[in-house]
Amino acid sequence: MRGTWLLMRRAINEVIRVPGAAIPGIAAPTLFLLGLTAVFGKLTLLPGFSTSDFMAFILPISVMQSATFSGAATGVNLARDIEQGWFDRLYVSPLSRSSLLAGHVFSASLRSLMPITVVITIAIAFGVGIQGVDALLLAVALAAAFAATVACYAIILALYFRTQQAAPLMQAGAFMMVLFTTAYAPLDLLTGWYQEVARYNPVRFIVEGVRQMSVYGVDWAHTWKALAALAGLALFFGLFAMRGLRRAADA
Amino acid sequence: MPILIFPTLFLAVNVGGAGRATDIPAFPDVAGFLDFELAGAIVQSTMLSAVSGGIALALDIESGFMDRLIASPISRTAIVVGRLASTAVMGVISGIWFVSIGLLFGAEIQGGVLGALLVVLMASACAAAWGGFGAALALRSGTVSVVQGIFPIVFVIIFLSSAFFPADLLLEPARSISDWNPMSFIAEGIRDPIVSDISAGPVLKGMLAIAGVMALGAALSVWGLRKRLAG
Repeated sequence: MRGTWLLMRRAINEVIRVPGAAIPGIAAPTLFLLGLTAVFGKLTLLPGFSTSDFMAFILPISVMQSATFSGAATGVNLARDIEQGWFDRLYVSPLSRSSLLAGHVFSASLRSLMPITVVITIAIAFGVGIQGVDALLLAVALAAAFAATVACYAIILALYFRTQQAAPLMQAGAFMMVLFTTAYAPLDLLTGWYQEVARYNPVRFIVEGVRQMSVYGVDWAHTWKALAALAGLALFFGLFAMRGLRRAADA
Repeated sequence: MPILIFPTLFLAVNVGGAGRATDIPAFPDVAGFLDFELAGAIVQSTMLSAVSGGIALALDIESGFMDRLIASPISRTAIVVGRLASTAVMGVISGIWFVSIGLLFGAEIQGGVLGALLVVLMASACAAAWGGFGAALALRSGTVSVVQGIFPIVFVIIFLSSAFFPADLLLEPARSISDWNPMSFIAEGIRDPIVSDISAGPVLKGMLAIAGVMALGAALSVWGLRKRLAG
């Protein structure tokens, strides 16, 4: 536990001591929130759209994007540690592999809280109504847990490619998982093959779970699907990340 | 590759996610939302080409290769013009790529072969025009990180234009800003041969906007080069 906590402290220190490094993770989701609302805001005129406030509808995407960037940053930082030889020192330390993984993964959740808070605050400032404190807390918890899941995905790539040059694959790959969902419109209003991808993309259920914050309000139907999708993805990527760590140690 | 992959994925998300926008009563009469969105993807790709060109130039400066070029017996202007020409070629590739993608997924180029050629030509000119800004920034800053830092501005310029959605359906303040944003004229100029027979108005306005951006970008590049040589 102590090893996990120290690794989390180290990741948080990186943000505190180099605050500029956090700016892109805040600026990009904010830009997408405001930009996409300005561009596609009139989609709410379509019959069957679940809200008349497009920013409220798209807010979960920006929240998930914040989580995605925080998770991907964990992978990029790990790749940097591998390049610089720091990770080799961690391997020979008495730290268990699971603590090593947990330290990196939970630090992503912790780091994601800052951009998530900023994006939600900006949305509220622009008039988005929050559907209760319970909905807000649930959304933040789901997004922070998604950051940890993305961190597992990014760690797999970092351990495989062992270079920071894999960063675009970590960031864009995870962001696409979020975008190929009900990002812009409810499922029934999506078109073509994209609708089918969104239907079966497990991240859609997490997006819908987070959307309870600004559109639906908390209900069990959205919540259990979000939790189940999150658990499935975390288990899938977590197992592969653990396997990657063990293989890297053996190499 | 990123200059094609990212706008292609964004195109897929926009068309799949907002494809029903053509059902909104005030939406212009087009064959499909993909037809409408192609111009947005093209200008996005050309803007990314422009930034990539700037990054390549900044890399040359950081690595010292630029100093060797300046010391070699070639025209100094050719160093920048050569970089902008390569950005223009990336624009050609973007134009061909998105016209091909569009045709493959059911879009129709209403302007025919001539219209498709016009789209590619304008994409190329657009890339070179915005490339001037990327080159100017690279020459003034001399660092890759500064040029990379303008990526968000690319999205701001595009979001505040009619590249992705009709100007009349944008929300304020984007609606008002788009009326003056040269990117709106460029996108609508590129869109015209795709969604209708080639009409002089939008195409000429698009070309004029490209010429204006190109003139300003070239002037800034020359200024940046002079400052670098003087420094």
